[in-house]
Amino acid sequence: MLTMFEDMAKSPAAWLSGKGEESLVVLSTRVRLARNVAGCSYPASSDSDTKKRIIGYFDSLLSRSSILSKGRYCQASEIGELDKNFLIERHLISPTFLNGERTKALFIDPSERLSIMINEEDHLRIQSLSPGLDPKGAFELAAEYDAEIGRHLEYDYDSDFGYLTACPTNAGTGMRTSVLIHLPGLVLTREIEKVISTITRSGLIVRGFYGEGTDVLGNLFQVSNQNTLGLTENDILEQIGSVTREIIDREAAARQRLVDEAADMIADKIWRAYGILKHARVLTSEEVMNLLSALRLGHAMKIIDFLNIAQINEVLLLSQPAHLQNYFGAEMDAAKRDFARAQMVREKMAGSKD
Amino acid sequence: MLCQNCKKREAVVHLTKIVNNEKTALSLCKECAAAKGFHSPLDNMPFPLAEILSTMAATTTTPKGAEPKEDITCPQCGMTFDDFTRQGRFGCGGCYRAFRNRLEPIMRKIHGSSLHRGGVPTSHNGESGASAPIPVKEEERLEEELKKAIDSEEFERAADIRDKLKAIRDSQSLEKQQR
Repeated sequence: MLTMFEDMAKSPAAWLSGKGEESLVVLSTRVRLARNVAGCSYPASSDSDTKKRIIGYFDSLLSRSSILSKGRYCQASEIGELDKNFLIERHLISPTFLNGERTKALFIDPSERLSIMINEEDHLRIQSLSPGLDPKGAFELAAEYDAEIGRHLEYDYDSDFGYLTACPTNAGTGMRTSVLIHLPGLVLTREIEKVISTITRSGLIVRGFYGEGTDVLGNLFQVSNQNTLGLTENDILEQIGSVTREIIDREAAARQRLVDEAADMIADKIWRAYGILKHARVLTSEEVMNLLSALRLGHAMKIIDFLNIAQINEVLLLSQPAHLQNYFGAEMDAAKRDFARAQMVREKMAGSKD
Repeated sequence: MLCQNCKKREAVVHLTKIVNNEKTALSLCKECAAAKGFHSPLDNMPFPLAEILSTMAATTTTPKGAEPKEDITCPQCGMTFDDFTRQGRFGCGGCYRAFRNRLEPIMRKIHGSSLHRGGVPTSHNGESGASAPIPVKEEERLEEELKKAIDSEEFERAADIRDKLKAIRDSQSLEKQQR
Protein backbone atom coordinates (compact mmCIF):
# COMPACT_ATOMS: atom_id res chain seq x y z
CA MET A 1 0.00 0.00 0.00
CA LEU A 2 1.43 3.32 -1.06
CA THR A 3 -0.51 5.65 1.18
CA MET A 4 -1.95 5.66 4.68
CA PHE A 5 -4.84 7.65 3.23
CA GLU A 6 -5.94 4.81 0.95
CA ASP A 7 -9.67 5.35 1.50
CA MET A 8 -9.36 9.08 0.75
CA ALA A 9 -7.38 8.37 -2.42
CA LYS A 10 -10.27 6.35 -3.85
CA SER A 11 -12.36 9.44 -4.46
CA PRO A 12 -11.52 12.93 -5.64
CA ALA A 13 -11.27 15.64 -2.98
CA ALA A 14 -14.73 16.80 -1.85
CA TRP A 15 -13.96 20.43 -2.71
CA LEU A 16 -13.34 19.49 -6.37
CA SER A 17 -16.83 18.06 -6.90
CA GLY A 18 -17.63 20.81 -9.41
CA LYS A 19 -20.81 21.62 -7.51
CA GLY A 20 -21.53 24.89 -5.77
CA GLU A 21 -22.30 28.40 -6.97
CA GLU A 22 -20.39 29.91 -9.88
CA SER A 23 -18.54 26.63 -10.38
CA LEU A 24 -17.87 27.46 -14.03
CA VAL A 25 -15.35 30.07 -12.82
CA VAL A 26 -14.69 29.42 -9.13
CA LEU A 27 -13.11 26.07 -8.20
CA SER A 28 -13.25 26.35 -4.44
CA THR A 29 -13.54 28.59 -1.40
CA ARG A 30 -11.36 28.23 1.68
CA VAL A 31 -11.66 29.72 5.16
CA ARG A 32 -8.80 29.47 7.62
CA LEU A 33 -8.89 30.42 11.30
CA ALA A 34 -5.65 30.93 13.25
CA ARG A 35 -5.99 30.16 16.97
CA ASN A 36 -3.59 29.95 19.90
CA VAL A 37 -3.85 28.55 23.39
CA ALA A 38 -3.51 31.15 26.14
CA GLY A 39 -0.26 31.17 28.09
CA CYS A 40 1.84 29.11 25.64
CA SER A 41 4.60 30.38 23.35
CA TYR A 42 4.02 30.07 19.60
CA PRO A 43 5.45 26.97 17.90
CA ALA A 44 8.39 28.78 16.22
CA SER A 45 9.70 30.08 19.53
CA SER A 46 8.76 27.29 21.92
CA ASP A 47 10.64 24.21 23.07
CA SER A 48 9.43 20.72 22.23
CA ASP A 49 7.82 20.33 25.70
CA THR A 50 5.46 23.23 25.00
CA LYS A 51 4.66 21.85 21.56
CA LYS A 52 3.97 18.43 23.06
CA ARG A 53 1.71 20.08 25.61
CA ILE A 54 -0.36 21.67 22.82
CA ILE A 55 -0.68 18.30 21.08
CA GLY A 56 -1.62 16.79 24.46
CA TYR A 57 -4.41 19.36 24.87
CA PHE A 58 -5.76 18.47 21.47
CA ASP A 59 -5.44 14.72 22.15
CA SER A 60 -7.58 15.08 25.24
CA LEU A 61 -10.21 17.05 23.26
CA LEU A 62 -10.72 14.15 20.89
CA SER A 63 -12.24 11.91 23.55
CA ARG A 64 -14.32 14.69 25.10
CA SER A 65 -15.85 16.14 21.95
CA SER A 66 -18.37 14.26 19.87
CA ILE A 67 -17.61 16.03 16.57
CA LEU A 68 -13.84 15.75 17.02
CA SER A 69 -13.97 12.08 17.97
CA LYS A 70 -15.38 11.23 14.53
CA GLY A 71 -12.46 12.54 12.50
CA ARG A 72 -9.14 11.13 11.44
CA TYR A 73 -6.17 12.15 13.58
CA CYS A 74 -2.48 11.47 13.17
CA GLN A 75 0.89 12.65 14.38
CA ALA A 76 3.13 14.32 11.80
CA SER A 77 5.86 11.76 12.49
CA GLU A 78 3.62 9.03 11.06
CA ILE A 79 3.26 10.81 7.71
CA GLY A 80 5.74 9.80 5.01
CA GLU A 81 7.07 11.95 2.17
CA LEU A 82 4.55 10.74 -0.42
CA ASP A 83 1.62 11.17 1.97
CA LYS A 84 2.85 14.66 2.81
CA ASN A 85 2.61 15.64 -0.86
CA PHE A 86 -0.71 13.83 -1.17
CA LEU A 87 -2.13 16.06 1.58
CA ILE A 88 -0.63 19.22 0.06
CA GLU A 89 -2.15 18.38 -3.33
CA ARG A 90 -5.56 17.92 -1.68
CA HIS A 91 -5.11 21.30 0.04
CA LEU A 92 -5.51 19.68 3.46
CA ILE A 93 -2.19 21.01 4.74
CA SER A 94 -0.04 24.01 3.85
CA PRO A 95 3.07 23.30 1.74
CA THR A 96 5.40 24.12 4.65
CA PHE A 97 3.48 22.39 7.47
CA LEU A 98 5.48 19.15 7.41
CA ASN A 99 8.88 20.69 6.67
CA GLY A 100 11.58 20.49 9.31
CA GLU A 101 10.84 19.56 12.88
CA ARG A 102 7.74 17.38 13.30
CA THR A 103 6.23 17.92 16.77
CA LYS A 104 2.97 18.47 14.95
CA ALA A 105 -0.35 16.73 14.42
CA LEU A 106 -3.17 16.77 11.90
CA PHE A 107 -6.93 16.34 12.18
CA ILE A 108 -9.20 15.74 9.17
CA ASP A 109 -12.99 15.65 9.46
CA PRO A 110 -15.01 12.75 7.97
CA SER A 111 -16.25 14.85 5.02
CA GLU A 112 -12.63 15.74 4.17
CA ARG A 113 -13.69 19.37 3.90
CA LEU A 114 -12.04 20.47 7.12
CA SER A 115 -8.57 20.03 8.55
CA ILE A 116 -6.80 21.27 11.66
CA MET A 117 -3.04 21.69 11.63
CA ILE A 118 -1.57 21.59 15.12
CA ASN A 119 1.69 23.49 15.70
CA GLU A 120 1.88 25.11 12.30
CA GLU A 121 2.78 28.82 12.58
CA ASP A 122 0.03 29.06 15.21
CA HIS A 123 -1.02 26.39 17.71
CA LEU A 124 -4.13 25.64 15.68
CA ARG A 125 -4.97 26.36 12.07
CA ILE A 126 -8.56 25.36 11.35
CA GLN A 127 -9.33 25.39 7.65
CA SER A 128 -12.33 24.36 5.64
CA LEU A 129 -12.95 24.04 1.91
CA SER A 130 -16.14 24.29 -0.13
CA PRO A 131 -16.66 23.69 -3.84
CA GLY A 132 -17.55 26.77 -5.89
CA LEU A 133 -18.10 30.24 -4.42
CA ASP A 134 -19.27 29.61 -0.87
CA PRO A 135 -17.64 31.86 1.76
CA LYS A 136 -20.54 31.41 4.20
CA GLY A 137 -20.63 27.62 3.95
CA ALA A 138 -16.88 27.30 4.37
CA PHE A 139 -16.96 29.68 7.34
CA GLU A 140 -19.82 27.92 9.08
CA LEU A 141 -18.01 24.58 9.02
CA ALA A 142 -14.78 26.12 10.37
CA ALA A 143 -16.74 28.09 12.99
CA GLU A 144 -18.47 24.94 14.23
CA TYR A 145 -15.13 23.31 15.02
CA ASP A 146 -13.71 26.58 16.33
CA ALA A 147 -16.57 26.95 18.82
CA GLU A 148 -16.28 23.33 19.87
CA ILE A 149 -12.55 23.64 20.57
CA GLY A 150 -13.11 27.02 22.27
CA ARG A 151 -15.49 25.38 24.74
CA HIS A 152 -12.67 23.18 26.02
CA LEU A 153 -9.52 25.24 25.47
CA GLU A 154 -8.86 28.84 26.46
CA TYR A 155 -7.89 30.75 23.34
CA ASP A 156 -5.47 33.65 23.59
CA TYR A 157 -7.64 36.72 23.05
CA ASP A 158 -7.35 40.44 23.66
CA SER A 159 -10.25 42.88 23.44
CA ASP A 160 -8.17 45.32 21.32
CA PHE A 161 -6.27 42.91 19.08
CA GLY A 162 -8.79 40.05 19.02
CA TYR A 163 -7.46 36.54 18.51
CA LEU A 164 -3.71 36.74 19.01
CA THR A 165 -1.57 35.12 16.33
CA ALA A 166 2.14 34.60 15.69
CA CYS A 167 2.09 36.99 12.73
CA PRO A 168 0.56 40.45 13.15
CA THR A 169 -1.05 40.13 9.71
CA ASN A 170 -3.43 37.47 11.10
CA ALA A 171 -4.46 39.11 14.38
CA GLY A 172 -8.08 40.08 15.05
CA THR A 173 -10.39 37.56 13.48
CA GLY A 174 -7.46 35.26 12.63
CA MET A 175 -9.44 34.60 9.50
CA ARG A 176 -8.22 34.31 5.93
CA THR A 177 -10.83 33.59 3.26
CA SER A 178 -9.75 32.76 -0.25
CA VAL A 179 -11.25 31.67 -3.53
CA LEU A 180 -9.52 29.72 -6.28
CA ILE A 181 -10.68 31.25 -9.52
CA HIS A 182 -10.15 30.43 -13.21
CA LEU A 183 -9.62 33.51 -15.39
CA PRO A 184 -8.57 32.49 -18.91
CA GLY A 185 -10.70 35.21 -20.53
CA LEU A 186 -8.98 38.00 -18.64
CA VAL A 187 -5.54 36.49 -19.33
CA LEU A 188 -6.22 36.03 -23.07
CA THR A 189 -7.62 39.55 -23.48
CA ARG A 190 -4.67 40.85 -21.42
CA GLU A 191 -6.97 42.61 -18.98
CA ILE A 192 -5.80 40.60 -16.01
CA GLU A 193 -3.24 43.16 -14.88
CA LYS A 194 -5.87 45.90 -14.70
CA VAL A 195 -8.28 43.64 -12.82
CA ILE A 196 -5.58 42.58 -10.38
CA SER A 197 -4.69 46.16 -9.56
CA THR A 198 -8.37 46.92 -8.96
CA ILE A 199 -8.67 43.94 -6.63
CA THR A 200 -5.50 44.90 -4.78
CA ARG A 201 -6.80 48.44 -4.26
CA SER A 202 -9.92 47.05 -2.60
CA GLY A 203 -7.75 45.49 0.12
CA LEU A 204 -7.52 41.95 -1.21
CA ILE A 205 -4.48 39.92 -2.27
CA VAL A 206 -4.12 38.03 -5.57
CA ARG A 207 -1.72 35.13 -6.08
CA GLY A 208 -1.04 32.66 -8.87
CA PHE A 209 -2.01 29.08 -8.16
CA TYR A 210 0.58 27.21 -6.06
CA GLY A 211 3.17 29.51 -4.66
CA GLU A 212 4.10 33.11 -4.72
CA GLY A 213 5.92 34.95 -7.45
CA THR A 214 6.01 31.96 -9.79
CA ASP A 215 4.36 31.89 -13.19
CA VAL A 216 0.62 31.55 -13.14
CA LEU A 217 -0.29 27.99 -13.96
CA GLY A 218 -3.49 27.06 -15.71
CA ASN A 219 -4.88 30.61 -15.47
CA LEU A 220 -5.75 29.90 -11.85
CA PHE A 221 -5.64 32.70 -9.29
CA GLN A 222 -6.21 32.87 -5.60
CA VAL A 223 -8.00 35.92 -4.18
CA SER A 224 -7.89 36.40 -0.42
CA ASN A 225 -8.48 39.05 2.23
CA GLN A 226 -5.49 41.04 3.45
CA ASN A 227 -6.99 42.62 6.56
CA THR A 228 -8.03 40.52 9.52
CA LEU A 229 -8.29 43.19 12.22
CA GLY A 230 -10.99 45.88 12.49
CA LEU A 231 -13.48 43.90 10.41
CA THR A 232 -16.09 41.39 11.51
CA GLU A 233 -16.02 37.86 10.13
CA ASN A 234 -19.11 38.76 8.16
CA ASP A 235 -17.46 41.88 6.66
CA ILE A 236 -14.63 39.69 5.34
CA LEU A 237 -16.98 37.06 3.91
CA GLU A 238 -19.09 39.71 2.19
CA GLN A 239 -16.07 41.52 0.83
CA ILE A 240 -14.65 38.33 -0.70
CA GLY A 241 -18.08 37.41 -2.06
CA SER A 242 -18.78 40.75 -3.69
CA VAL A 243 -15.29 41.24 -5.15
CA THR A 244 -15.35 37.69 -6.53
CA ARG A 245 -18.71 38.36 -8.18
CA GLU A 246 -17.24 41.50 -9.77
CA ILE A 247 -14.30 39.48 -11.09
CA ILE A 248 -16.71 36.86 -12.45
CA ASP A 249 -18.58 39.61 -14.33
CA ARG A 250 -15.33 40.96 -15.79
CA GLU A 251 -14.32 37.41 -16.79
CA ALA A 252 -17.72 36.83 -18.43
CA ALA A 253 -17.33 40.08 -20.40
CA ALA A 254 -13.84 39.04 -21.50
CA ARG A 255 -15.12 35.62 -22.65
CA GLN A 256 -17.88 37.35 -24.59
CA ARG A 257 -15.27 39.54 -26.27
CA LEU A 258 -13.34 36.41 -27.25
CA VAL A 259 -16.47 34.90 -28.76
CA ASP A 260 -17.31 38.12 -30.63
CA GLU A 261 -13.81 38.79 -31.95
CA ALA A 262 -12.09 35.44 -32.23
CA ALA A 263 -14.61 32.61 -31.89
CA ASP A 264 -12.82 30.34 -34.40
CA MET A 265 -9.41 30.89 -32.82
CA ILE A 266 -10.75 30.08 -29.36
CA ALA A 267 -12.56 26.97 -30.55
CA ASP A 268 -9.36 25.85 -32.26
CA LYS A 269 -7.31 26.41 -29.08
CA ILE A 270 -9.81 24.38 -27.03
CA TRP A 271 -10.01 21.48 -29.50
CA ARG A 272 -6.22 21.37 -29.81
CA ALA A 273 -5.94 21.11 -26.03
CA TYR A 274 -8.44 18.26 -26.08
CA GLY A 275 -6.55 16.52 -28.88
CA ILE A 276 -3.24 16.71 -27.03
CA LEU A 277 -4.74 15.49 -23.76
CA LYS A 278 -6.44 12.60 -25.49
CA HIS A 279 -3.44 11.43 -27.50
CA ALA A 280 -0.17 12.68 -26.01
CA ARG A 281 2.39 10.15 -24.70
CA VAL A 282 4.40 12.52 -22.47
CA LEU A 283 2.84 15.26 -20.35
CA THR A 284 4.34 17.45 -17.62
CA SER A 285 2.04 18.59 -14.84
CA GLU A 286 2.44 22.22 -15.98
CA GLU A 287 1.31 21.28 -19.48
CA VAL A 288 -1.69 19.39 -18.15
CA MET A 289 -2.70 22.34 -16.00
CA ASN A 290 -2.57 24.69 -18.97
CA LEU A 291 -4.40 22.29 -21.30
CA LEU A 292 -7.08 21.64 -18.68
CA SER A 293 -7.56 25.39 -18.45
CA ALA A 294 -8.50 25.40 -22.13
CA LEU A 295 -10.82 22.44 -21.54
CA ARG A 296 -12.47 24.13 -18.58
CA LEU A 297 -13.04 27.20 -20.74
CA GLY A 298 -14.39 24.96 -23.49
CA HIS A 299 -16.86 23.39 -21.07
CA ALA A 300 -18.04 26.79 -19.81
CA MET A 301 -18.45 28.06 -23.39
CA LYS A 302 -20.37 24.88 -24.29
CA ILE A 303 -17.80 23.97 -26.95
CA ILE A 304 -16.80 20.78 -25.10
CA ASP A 305 -20.11 19.52 -23.73
CA PHE A 306 -19.27 15.87 -23.12
CA LEU A 307 -16.98 16.46 -20.13
CA ASN A 308 -18.16 17.89 -16.83
CA ILE A 309 -16.27 20.02 -14.32
CA ALA A 310 -15.89 17.14 -11.87
CA GLN A 311 -14.06 15.08 -14.53
CA ILE A 312 -11.77 18.00 -15.40
CA ASN A 313 -11.04 18.53 -11.69
CA GLU A 314 -10.30 14.85 -11.19
CA VAL A 315 -7.67 14.90 -13.94
CA LEU A 316 -6.21 18.10 -12.46
CA LEU A 317 -5.83 16.42 -9.07
CA LEU A 318 -4.59 13.06 -10.38
CA SER A 319 -1.96 14.69 -12.58
CA GLN A 320 -0.07 15.99 -9.55
CA PRO A 321 2.93 13.87 -8.49
CA ALA A 322 1.72 12.16 -5.30
CA HIS A 323 -1.76 11.42 -6.66
CA LEU A 324 -0.32 10.16 -9.91
CA GLN A 325 2.02 7.71 -8.14
CA ASN A 326 -0.84 6.59 -5.98
CA TYR A 327 -3.03 6.10 -9.06
CA PHE A 328 -0.47 3.65 -10.46
CA GLY A 329 0.43 2.23 -7.05
CA ALA A 330 4.15 2.71 -7.63
CA GLU A 331 6.81 5.28 -6.88
CA MET A 332 8.20 6.98 -9.98
CA ASP A 333 10.80 9.63 -10.79
CA ALA A 334 9.83 12.80 -12.65
CA ALA A 335 10.64 11.43 -16.13
CA LYS A 336 8.56 8.28 -15.59
CA ARG A 337 5.74 10.36 -14.17
CA ASP A 338 5.45 12.33 -17.42
CA PHE A 339 4.74 9.08 -19.30
CA ALA A 340 2.43 7.82 -16.56
CA ARG A 341 0.59 11.15 -16.51
CA ALA A 342 -0.14 10.96 -20.23
CA GLN A 343 -1.36 7.39 -19.74
CA MET A 344 -3.66 8.41 -16.87
CA VAL A 345 -5.08 11.34 -18.84
CA ARG A 346 -5.75 9.07 -21.84
CA GLU A 347 -7.54 6.58 -19.59
CA LYS A 348 -9.69 9.31 -18.08
CA MET A 349 -10.50 10.76 -21.51
CA ALA A 350 -11.10 7.40 -23.17
CA GLY A 351 -14.80 7.29 -22.38
CA SER A 352 -15.46 10.79 -23.67
CA LYS A 353 -17.22 11.06 -27.02
CA ASP A 354 -16.31 14.01 -29.20
CA MET B 1 9.92 31.73 -29.46
CA LEU B 2 12.98 33.83 -28.65
CA CYS B 3 12.91 37.22 -27.00
CA GLN B 4 12.71 39.92 -29.69
CA ASN B 5 15.02 42.18 -27.75
CA CYS B 6 18.02 40.06 -26.69
CA LYS B 7 17.28 37.17 -29.10
CA LYS B 8 18.87 34.81 -26.57
CA ARG B 9 16.33 33.80 -23.96
CA GLU B 10 12.89 32.28 -24.35
CA ALA B 11 10.13 34.91 -24.60
CA VAL B 12 7.66 34.67 -21.73
CA VAL B 13 6.03 38.11 -21.76
CA HIS B 14 3.76 38.95 -24.68
CA LEU B 15 2.68 42.53 -25.10
CA THR B 16 0.26 44.19 -27.45
CA LYS B 17 0.64 47.93 -27.92
CA ILE B 18 -1.88 50.09 -29.73
CA VAL B 19 -0.54 53.50 -30.76
CA ASN B 20 -2.50 55.67 -33.23
CA ASN B 21 -4.62 52.69 -34.21
CA GLU B 22 -1.49 50.76 -35.11
CA LYS B 23 -1.13 47.47 -33.33
CA THR B 24 2.27 46.03 -32.55
CA ALA B 25 3.01 42.80 -30.74
CA LEU B 26 6.19 42.30 -28.77
CA SER B 27 7.49 39.12 -27.16
CA LEU B 28 10.17 39.44 -24.52
CA CYS B 29 12.01 37.35 -21.97
CA LYS B 30 11.50 38.08 -18.28
CA GLU B 31 14.76 40.02 -17.95
CA CYS B 32 14.22 42.29 -20.97
CA ALA B 33 10.58 42.88 -20.02
CA ALA B 34 11.64 43.94 -16.54
CA ALA B 35 14.34 46.20 -18.00
CA LYS B 36 11.70 47.88 -20.16
CA GLY B 37 9.44 48.32 -17.19
CA PHE B 38 6.87 45.62 -17.98
CA HIS B 39 6.08 43.44 -15.04
CA SER B 40 4.12 40.29 -14.58
CA PRO B 41 0.81 41.11 -12.91
CA LEU B 42 1.91 39.03 -9.95
CA ASP B 43 5.31 40.62 -9.36
CA ASN B 44 5.82 42.54 -6.14
CA MET B 45 2.64 41.18 -4.67
CA PRO B 46 3.83 39.61 -1.41
CA PHE B 47 2.68 41.59 1.53
CA PRO B 48 5.28 44.17 2.54
CA LEU B 49 5.25 43.29 6.23
CA ALA B 50 9.03 43.51 6.64
CA GLU B 51 9.06 46.97 5.11
CA ILE B 52 6.23 48.22 7.35
CA LEU B 53 7.93 46.85 10.42
CA SER B 54 11.34 48.31 9.64
CA THR B 55 9.98 51.77 8.88
CA MET B 56 7.65 51.67 11.87
CA ALA B 57 10.45 50.54 14.15
CA ALA B 58 12.65 53.37 12.92
CA THR B 59 9.97 55.98 13.55
CA THR B 60 8.60 54.60 16.80
CA THR B 61 11.91 53.92 18.47
CA THR B 62 13.63 57.20 17.59
CA PRO B 63 11.28 60.16 17.27
CA LYS B 64 12.97 63.36 16.04
CA GLY B 65 14.84 65.24 18.70
CA ALA B 66 14.03 62.75 21.43
CA GLU B 67 16.09 60.19 23.25
CA PRO B 68 15.85 56.76 21.60
CA LYS B 69 13.15 54.76 23.32
CA GLU B 70 14.23 51.83 25.42
CA ASP B 71 13.66 48.37 24.08
CA ILE B 72 10.76 46.48 25.68
CA THR B 73 10.98 42.83 26.66
CA CYS B 74 7.97 40.50 26.84
CA PRO B 75 7.83 39.17 30.41
CA GLN B 76 6.24 35.92 29.23
CA CYS B 77 8.64 34.69 26.54
CA GLY B 78 11.55 37.12 26.66
CA MET B 79 11.18 38.45 23.12
CA THR B 80 12.15 42.11 22.71
CA PHE B 81 10.35 44.64 20.52
CA ASP B 82 13.51 44.84 18.38
CA ASP B 83 13.42 41.04 17.89
CA PHE B 84 9.82 41.36 16.78
CA THR B 85 10.53 44.07 14.20
CA ARG B 86 13.37 41.97 12.77
CA GLN B 87 11.46 38.67 12.65
CA GLY B 88 7.95 39.92 11.95
CA ARG B 89 6.58 37.28 14.31
CA PHE B 90 5.58 37.41 17.97
CA GLY B 91 6.91 34.87 20.46
CA CYS B 92 3.66 34.53 22.39
CA GLY B 93 0.41 36.29 23.22
CA GLY B 94 2.19 38.16 26.01
CA CYS B 95 4.15 40.11 23.37
CA TYR B 96 0.93 41.83 22.25
CA ARG B 97 0.30 43.02 25.80
CA ALA B 98 3.91 44.06 26.40
CA PHE B 99 4.25 45.97 23.10
CA ARG B 100 0.65 47.26 23.07
CA ASN B 101 1.39 50.99 22.70
CA ARG B 102 3.91 50.51 19.93
CA LEU B 103 1.71 48.01 18.11
CA GLU B 104 -1.23 50.31 17.51
CA PRO B 105 0.38 52.28 14.64
CA ILE B 106 1.76 49.05 13.17
CA MET B 107 -1.65 47.38 13.21
CA ARG B 108 -3.23 50.45 11.62
CA LYS B 109 -0.64 50.33 8.87
CA ILE B 110 -1.22 46.62 8.23
CA HIS B 111 -4.99 46.39 8.68
CA GLY B 112 -6.20 49.99 8.47
CA SER B 113 -7.42 49.61 12.05
CA SER B 114 -6.05 48.72 15.46
CA LEU B 115 -9.23 47.49 17.13
CA HIS B 116 -10.87 44.10 16.88
CA ARG B 117 -14.53 44.03 15.83
CA GLY B 118 -14.98 40.33 15.16
CA GLY B 119 -16.12 37.40 17.25
CA VAL B 120 -15.27 36.72 20.87
CA PRO B 121 -14.23 33.23 22.02
CA THR B 122 -16.49 31.29 24.36
CA SER B 123 -13.90 31.43 27.12
CA HIS B 124 -14.01 35.26 27.10
CA ASN B 125 -17.70 36.03 26.79
CA GLY B 126 -18.88 33.84 29.64
CA GLU B 127 -21.55 32.23 27.50
CA SER B 128 -21.62 29.68 24.76
CA GLY B 129 -21.68 30.87 21.16
CA ALA B 130 -20.10 33.96 19.62
CA SER B 131 -23.35 35.96 19.57
CA ALA B 132 -23.49 36.54 23.33
CA PRO B 133 -23.95 40.22 24.20
CA ILE B 134 -20.80 42.18 24.95
CA PRO B 135 -20.79 43.21 28.63
CA VAL B 136 -21.43 46.86 29.53
CA LYS B 137 -17.97 47.01 31.06
CA GLU B 138 -16.45 46.86 27.57
CA GLU B 139 -18.55 49.83 26.51
CA GLU B 140 -17.34 51.87 29.47
CA ARG B 141 -13.76 50.89 28.81
CA LEU B 142 -14.06 52.03 25.21
CA GLU B 143 -15.62 55.35 26.19
CA GLU B 144 -12.65 55.97 28.41
CA GLU B 145 -10.24 54.95 25.65
CA LEU B 146 -12.02 57.31 23.25
CA LYS B 147 -11.59 60.21 25.64
CA LYS B 148 -7.91 59.41 26.08
CA ALA B 149 -7.36 59.12 22.34
CA ILE B 150 -8.99 62.51 21.70
CA ASP B 151 -7.01 64.13 24.52
CA SER B 152 -3.76 62.89 23.03
CA GLU B 153 -4.93 63.87 19.50
CA GLU B 154 -4.78 60.30 18.19
CA PHE B 155 -7.72 60.80 15.89
CA GLU B 156 -7.24 57.70 13.78
CA ARG B 157 -7.41 55.58 16.89
CA ALA B 158 -10.34 57.64 18.15
CA ALA B 159 -12.21 56.90 14.93
CA ASP B 160 -11.54 53.19 15.36
CA ILE B 161 -12.86 53.25 18.93
CA ARG B 162 -15.90 55.25 17.88
CA ASP B 163 -16.72 52.67 15.20
CA LYS B 164 -16.30 49.83 17.65
CA LEU B 165 -18.57 51.55 20.16
CA LYS B 166 -21.13 52.16 17.46
CA ALA B 167 -21.03 48.48 16.47
CA ILE B 168 -21.61 47.43 20.06
CA ARG B 169 -24.53 49.87 20.50
CA ASP B 170 -26.06 48.88 17.17
CA SER B 171 -26.03 45.22 18.12
CA GLN B 172 -27.51 46.04 21.51
CA SER B 173 -30.37 48.08 20.09
CA LEU B 174 -30.99 45.34 17.53
CA GLU B 175 -31.31 42.85 20.34
CA LYS B 176 -33.77 45.09 22.19
CA GLN B 177 -35.88 45.38 19.06
CA GLN B 178 -35.91 41.64 18.66
CA ARG B 179 -37.16 41.23 22.21
